[in-house]
Amino acid sequence: MLSKSDALPAPAPEKPKGNGPAAGWQSHVDLRLVALLGVLGVLAAIGAITKPDQFLDVDNVRLILVQSSAIGVVTIGMTLVIIGGGIDLSVGAIVALASVWATTQATQDYGLGGMLFCAVAVGIGCGLVNGVLIAYGKLVPFIATLAMLASARGFAEQMSDGGTQIVEVQAVLDLMAADNRILGVPPLVLIFLGVAALGWVVLNRTTFGRRTVAVGGNPEAARLAGIDVKRQRLLLYVLSGLCCGIAAFMLIALSGSGQNTNGNLYELDAIAAAIIGGTLLSGGRGTIIGSVLGVLVFTTITNLFALNNVQSAVQDIAKGAIIVAAVLIQHQTSRKSSTQ
Amino acid sequence: MAPTSDTPPAPATPLLTMTGITKSFPGVRALDGVDLDVEAGEVHCLLGQNGAGKSTLIKVLAGAHQPDEGTIVWQGAQTELKSPVAAMRLGIATIYQELDLVMHVSVAENVFLGHERSSGGFIKPREAHSAAQDLLARLGHPEISASTIVGNLSAAGQQVVSMARALSHDVKLIVMDEPSAALDPDEVDNLFRIVADLTAQGVAVIYISHRLEEIRRIGDRVTVLKDGRAVSRGLPAQSTSTNEIVTLMTGRNVAHVFPERPEAPGAGKEPVLTLEGLTRKGEFAPVDLEVAPGEIVGLAGLVGSGRSEILETVFGARKPTAGRVLVGGRQLRPGSVTAAVKAGVGLAPEERKAQALLMTESVSRNVSISSLPRFSTGGWLDRSGERSATREAVRDLSLRPDNPDALIRTLSGGNQQKAVLARWLLRECRVLLLDEPTRGVDVGARAELYALIRRLADEGVAVLLVSSELPEVLGLADRVLVLREGRVVHTAPARDLDEHRVLDLVMEGTS
Repeated sequence: MLSKSDALPAPAPEKPKGNGPAAGWQSHVDLRLVALLGVLGVLAAIGAITKPDQFLDVDNVRLILVQSSAIGVVTIGMTLVIIGGGIDLSVGAIVALASVWATTQATQDYGLGGMLFCAVAVGIGCGLVNGVLIAYGKLVPFIATLAMLASARGFAEQMSDGGTQIVEVQAVLDLMAADNRILGVPPLVLIFLGVAALGWVVLNRTTFGRRTVAVGGNPEAARLAGIDVKRQRLLLYVLSGLCCGIAAFMLIALSGSGQNTNGNLYELDAIAAAIIGGTLLSGGRGTIIGSVLGVLVFTTITNLFALNNVQSAVQDIAKGAIIVAAVLIQHQTSRKSSTQ
Repeated sequence: MAPTSDTPPAPATPLLTMTGITKSFPGVRALDGVDLDVEAGEVHCLLGQNGAGKSTLIKVLAGAHQPDEGTIVWQGAQTELKSPVAAMRLGIATIYQELDLVMHVSVAENVFLGHERSSGGFIKPREAHSAAQDLLARLGHPEISASTIVGNLSAAGQQVVSMARALSHDVKLIVMDEPSAALDPDEVDNLFRIVADLTAQGVAVIYISHRLEEIRRIGDRVTVLKDGRAVSRGLPAQSTSTNEIVTLMTGRNVAHVFPERPEAPGAGKEPVLTLEGLTRKGEFAPVDLEVAPGEIVGLAGLVGSGRSEILETVFGARKPTAGRVLVGGRQLRPGSVTAAVKAGVGLAPEERKAQALLMTESVSRNVSISSLPRFSTGGWLDRSGERSATREAVRDLSLRPDNPDALIRTLSGGNQQKAVLARWLLRECRVLLLDEPTRGVDVGARAELYALIRRLADEGVAVLLVSSELPEVLGLADRVLVLREGRVVHTAPARDLDEHRVLDLVMEGTS
């Protein structure tokens, strides 16, 4: 492992040396992140060459970040679930239901606070149902969340009658007003960064995070080490639901409306971003930073293609190819490290 | 070696002759020049303690392991069993203890798995069905339908399917690894009838069992293995005395170094672990037991005697059907590992990699995983506190390397086991349950582990130990419970027992 990182040309962000014996392991993680940063760099270079005026424009960079924010928040929750050995297929549907519920006339009467509360509560509620079914009802995560996907989306359509619910609360609309910046950054991006930072802290600095990794890596060993595996699983789905609620609110602010098509295919994008970021689909390994970079890679590609007027069908094909490439690279690295 | 295929087979040519078979694994010489000969139509019994080399030998015979040295002569011709398929082609079938059936598909599909009845790539289900049904009838089980899903059959039924699969090839030798272990007495009778039928048709059977009475009933000859060698070849199964067989199996030459035993550990102390009529239906009959701090109690018995099941039930990983477990006088919530760990019980499970270790993580994280609340306030981890505590534990148990950040999978088996012990040491547990603590640990590291276990006991931990290696139980424990088929048949101080006596107890059930 050490020799591999030594052999690498050093575009790595400076890491304090002397991290002691942990350096071998750390450098392994860094390698993936460096690779992702490299991909982002290549994409930026392509953008700078093909559309020099538009791509590197501050507004465009800001746009990429704003477009990453809602799906980014969902991806943080998804990353934790996958590291814990699960999968959540229902994230997109929960986002839809939460955004519809939070924009009903009755909810809008309570203003921004009421809408935020409603979105988050719906997200947590759906996550709770997922978690109880999986942890205590012993349903396979794939099945339980697939069921939630279908019913939450159906419920959202029923509630909105398939229409678009326009937001009339000014405070919510102001969040995305063109000149609304905090330190030059749109509020939605700050929310994304905040959630990502919290996710990182939870994963790396808390007992909850440590247990998540253990449960995902070897559930039997975790159980026999005295960890309450069921509770851990339940809480992970609740967390994912919470992230969906937050993302739903962000989408409402972004579009100024709530509709049952919000968050369409978010489950695929979030899973793909997590996997590109180095999260092992079988659980036990993954990083928040990797997932954030994974989301940025995806959004940047979409942006590049849009600037160059490439059809969205081609974009989807490219996304598929990138997922395959990322997973193949992961196989290579994990095989190398396991033979050492 | 010159091929011997041109020598005309004499009428008395054995079906199979294995000579000087040697097989080494890293750190272990599993087979050290084993000789075995089997004649057509006989039931040849293979006996030996755990670790004597029986499993390795039958895996060589099944083509699953390649021997380092030695020759195999099959029907007078020297041969090599390069793969399981090669062995199967020659007519050698192996029925493992863990049946290798596909549970979700039908009997017929299982019987013809890998050599499906087909033409042009299309399977012929009807032909397979009737052929499988014929085989089942030949085995005396026409009542099993070839279209039944295998998972719905009893253990005995599944075994019949395994045998039907063996017979679906043109089989001349069937190896059965403890086939009676999972069967009820009347099912065993049927098994014996099948074995008798097969041998009458000229098929040879290699039969592995620990039950001497079975060997007397159906065996023709007995070969005893000890420490990777055949210590006797082809003894008559009916007339050789039990005493002689047991003597051949015991008295191994590997020296085990055990720590000195204290005079009367735990005397006069309140028991920390108490089992009151602990029962699991179908696994073990009521067990009553008290273990005092400082005492090591061993459970001796064969695989399937209920020893590991008792440990796991104490730990809450299995739910008892009756009875209770008390730690320090307080009853544990049945079937809850979390409750057991909270009360100060720790388990070093049998399958270290699958059940104890987080293989992708560092030693430090593996050690601290059960003690996280100790290093956290409000869920926030004190990582430097964690690291210094695990570093201390790693030094204390002299793990090698003594680096808590090393990945656990880079450690040897003995050091991984130390890491598991360190986990419970850090947790300050009062009761330590050890299931096969030295499995996969080389001889040198064993002595160290033994000393460590005794040290933990001396520091006031109550230890309950399970091991399939009798010398280990007898050398390490203060008191031994002998189990036979889920029942405690004898309890005595370890110093009053020897291997011979315990083997008598577990094999015959009489004292």
